[in-house]
Amino acid sequence: MITRGFKSRRPRGDPARVPPGQYVTEDFPVLSAGPTPRAPLDRWSFALRDVDDRELATWRWGELLALPSSTITVDIHCVTKWSKLGTRWKGVTIDALLEAAGLDPPAPYVMALCDGGYTTNLAMEDLLDGRGMVAYEYEGAPIEPEHGGPARLLVPHLYFWKSAKWVRGLMFMEDDEPGFWETHGYHLRGDPWKEERYSGD
Amino acid sequence: MSIPWLTAEVVEIAAETPRVRTIRLAVPGWRGHLPGQHVDVRLTAEDGYQAQRSYSIASPPGEPAIALTVERLDDGEVSPFLTGELRVGDEIELRGPLGGYFTWTVERGGPLALVAGGSGVVPLMAMVRHRAAQASRIPAHLLCSWRTAEDVIFRDELARLAARGDALEVTHTLTRTAPADWRGHTRRIDRELLVEVLPGPGARPTAYVCGPTPMVESVADLLVSLGHMPERILTERFGPTGGRS
Amino acid sequence: MRAAPGEDRLRMDGNAAAGMLREVFAVEMTTASCTCATCSRVSALGALHLYGGSMGCVLRCPSCEAMVLSVTSVPGGRFIELRGVVRVG
Repeated sequence: MITRGFKSRRPRGDPARVPPGQYVTEDFPVLSAGPTPRAPLDRWSFALRDVDDRELATWRWGELLALPSSTITVDIHCVTKWSKLGTRWKGVTIDALLEAAGLDPPAPYVMALCDGGYTTNLAMEDLLDGRGMVAYEYEGAPIEPEHGGPARLLVPHLYFWKSAKWVRGLMFMEDDEPGFWETHGYHLRGDPWKEERYSGD
Repeated sequence: MSIPWLTAEVVEIAAETPRVRTIRLAVPGWRGHLPGQHVDVRLTAEDGYQAQRSYSIASPPGEPAIALTVERLDDGEVSPFLTGELRVGDEIELRGPLGGYFTWTVERGGPLALVAGGSGVVPLMAMVRHRAAQASRIPAHLLCSWRTAEDVIFRDELARLAARGDALEVTHTLTRTAPADWRGHTRRIDRELLVEVLPGPGARPTAYVCGPTPMVESVADLLVSLGHMPERILTERFGPTGGRS
Repeated sequence: MRAAPGEDRLRMDGNAAAGMLREVFAVEMTTASCTCATCSRVSALGALHLYGGSMGCVLRCPSCEAMVLSVTSVPGGRFIELRGVVRVG
């Protein structure tokens, strides 16, 4: 039933730039699976963990900020159908983390582990070659807690639930095990250009 | 029993304040509701875009139409449409009634401690109107917090009901600015105000707290710290600003 | 680590999920009595903290924030995860 006179404030945007089924928004909606964690920076750390949960490398806050950083401007796409264009982020790419650790990825997949217990799974090939970073600035300022600060994963070529907020580490996995939303009906990979929203898509 | 989407017809739109409208809807197949319940409203644009929001029912059970009292949120998606574009005769989709937890009827007894922040008064108003319609003398205290005097809704009706002398007391407090002739309270709801206005824990009141999330959580915590049992404090959060999605 | 009241200004509660839960479970759910598996606190479902927005419904204990019930309704089906005990009716 079409509602007379109701117009969406969000346009569909240019299909060359906006994936199918998405609407462009100027605001930055917030969505999470739990309360906003408040991790004090002096106790914050980020770790790479092996398939058996053994710690391979770890960085404290100051150490993360001292690593070579990248600043990127990207479009982000949420599975709930909003897209936000031209967002600017600064952080450390997964490539730079692996290089700093002197590591080759020991397995093809990772589970992102976050404060509050949120998890999401990713293939290493979706994180390498600059495709993924641990971001700590948004639009030139520290990321706000409700947007995932102090640091979140940023994997903009996938639906934004993969850009895990409050990330504290990546644990390598031999198989592509589903994380939180993936266990609850969402797609294992989440490519917005193939509209991989739900499992079975 | 399923909860289908129903097609409701707008039969009346009344302005409560410049930003607030009460929309009366005729809903074929409406099965009645309990005071405190809400409906989900769904709007569909021509390009297929849908937006859905929940609105508390302001009217008591037993009336031929249901009333939704909606505050316009400037950055909202649905409230500007409902308070600005919607016309008598239009049809909108809704489902309900929803939510059995945040409800009260006279059968539940009292005394009642009702605390509202802004549009959080809407479900509490359904309870107050139901209480009046039942000619109940269950003691009830309604404490409402508003930003300014211009934001106060249902002011005259509440004053009239409180003047009936049937154990309903109404207190308003303004949190931002007050006109020169304002003789009521002028601050955020704090511990002292709750102690002054509401029955103490010894009276074993049931408290219903509704409004923006920060206000609801603050008031609920204060009530617990005053000795009220957590099981007797029911809350309904409206989200950050009071609008619910 | 529980935030101070009002710090999670976007937090909703079980009331806001009433429509979706009514559709999935076919009965009124906000009055269901829920026992947290982590801290044993008993709350009405309407009083649980609600997260998830339009992705789904994640209901957590108001005392310790442990997940009690999670429901998503997506084209592939309905996914329900229960960690505590929910008494309906």
